[in-house]
Amino acid sequence: MQAIKRKKQKETIIEGFFLICAFVAVISVLAITVFVFYNGLKPFVSNSYPLWDFLTGVEWRPGSNMYGIFYMIVGSIFATFGAILIGVPVAILTAVYISEMAGSRVGKMIRFAVELLAGIPSVLYGVFGLGIIVPYVLKISPMAQGESLLATIMVLAIMILPTVVSISETSISAVPKEYREGSYALGASKIQTIFKVVLPAGRSGIMTGVILGIGRAIGETMAVMLVCGNPIAGIPTSLFDQIRPLTTNIALEMGYASGVHQELLYSTGVVLFIFIMIINLAVNKLVKAKVGS
Amino acid sequence: MDANIKFNTKNLDLFYGDFQALKSINMEIREKEVTAFIGPSGCGKSTFLRCLNRMNDLIDSVKINGEIIFDGQDINGTIDVINLRTRVGMVFQKPNPFPMSIYENIAYGPKCQGMKDKNQLDTLVKESLVKAALWDEVKDRLNKSALGLSGGQQQRLCIARTIAMNPEVILMDEPTSALDPIATAKIEDLMSSLKKDYTIIIVTHSMQQAGRISDRTAFFLMGEVIEFNETPIIFTNPLDKRTEDYITGRFG
Repeated sequence: MQAIKRKKQKETIIEGFFLICAFVAVISVLAITVFVFYNGLKPFVSNSYPLWDFLTGVEWRPGSNMYGIFYMIVGSIFATFGAILIGVPVAILTAVYISEMAGSRVGKMIRFAVELLAGIPSVLYGVFGLGIIVPYVLKISPMAQGESLLATIMVLAIMILPTVVSISETSISAVPKEYREGSYALGASKIQTIFKVVLPAGRSGIMTGVILGIGRAIGETMAVMLVCGNPIAGIPTSLFDQIRPLTTNIALEMGYASGVHQELLYSTGVVLFIFIMIINLAVNKLVKAKVGS
Repeated sequence: MDANIKFNTKNLDLFYGDFQALKSINMEIREKEVTAFIGPSGCGKSTFLRCLNRMNDLIDSVKINGEIIFDGQDINGTIDVINLRTRVGMVFQKPNPFPMSIYENIAYGPKCQGMKDKNQLDTLVKESLVKAALWDEVKDRLNKSALGLSGGQQQRLCIARTIAMNPEVILMDEPTSALDPIATAKIEDLMSSLKKDYTIIIVTHSMQQAGRISDRTAFFLMGEVIEFNETPIIFTNPLDKRTEDYITGRFG
């Protein structure tokens, strides 16, 4: 009797421990959100800096009390959009190649390479970008420097590959073989089968990969910081213009900023946060709407 | 060569790796008849069926010896597989409509062959659905997903999709095994009406089904064809003891 009771107590304690572990994630996300929003909204609530000027300004000069992030928002969006435009097709075709075409040995090799790519620290992507991509961009650029929107897009396009490839590959492999058989039996070629049946059937999984890719691209800081140029003003109008994404703005100055300057760096974080939320929700909705039809 | 022989296999062997799944199959299949393959699970009947439109190509370890003559041509030779599959259609055990609209499911095959004209496609979709006895049930929702249909409707859609290619032969791999009796009866009726236009070859687990719908029946056992004859003979007066044992339910 005593033994059974003790055993039951032990079970309860262990269960409680699991619950605490599970709550670490929930509490963390809440804590970060509250902390960033609390600090980031302060300057607008206390009217120490006008929200409108913050969101629409195109110059960031803390020395002259000018804190405009509009050009950063544009830079972040352009960089992310460009990375998706280049990276996603490459990633999806890689996934198709691995799961539908490559023999098992070649497939394994490519998959291994992609996994390694995922494990490389982002600062090394930045160093690679600075050492290889930036000089190349400089060669073809009309500007005096190679750090640019273009270099940022290239580095980000490579960085999102592992995420999009591995998730797309999983969802392509999960497409029932009955669909493929049905297609072949109707006299469709391999390419027709892949593009008309397999990819559409795996669409929702592939879109999940793309969302995560977008998240990675818009949130990347370290690698981008080394290749984007970080100008203090100016909306980018060409691929060779420098950009200053929201993320690098925070990382560059948070270390020494204080007062309103520091608070507005938090505000930059809030904007970034909201952006990621909007993109996630929008793409999610898009996927659901398409799958539903 | 007899003009109404559609398929003629000569000493057909098939191996999965080291395992021999088909042993020296010699069979003549006639045009515009229903030929049924029966036999216990794993006897090779589905494997043989899948040889006839080269669906076994999709499996890496398969090796085939011998000849399969289709309209005078060896299909394991230099023929165009895509062309073969447009002439020899297939309906599978589990209904497998694509996750797209009913219309697109039917238009898929013709579109893959390059048919683009909207009117032509519309006509073809309608004709195929009428032939597959599905038109009345789906005519108001052609643009709805095919996955919303019942299992029996899905299978008739798959038949319609095959008919849309205007094939000469339709292979059916246990097409009713996933369906209820009413849906099964509808498919069987459909097969009888299709046989005037198409050569039908069906694998079935149900001997009653083979008896009801087929003109000729082949009994498979352990990768061999034990007996192949007119269906009434197979069911009433089989020549081989093993056929009789199987028919009368002594094993299988």
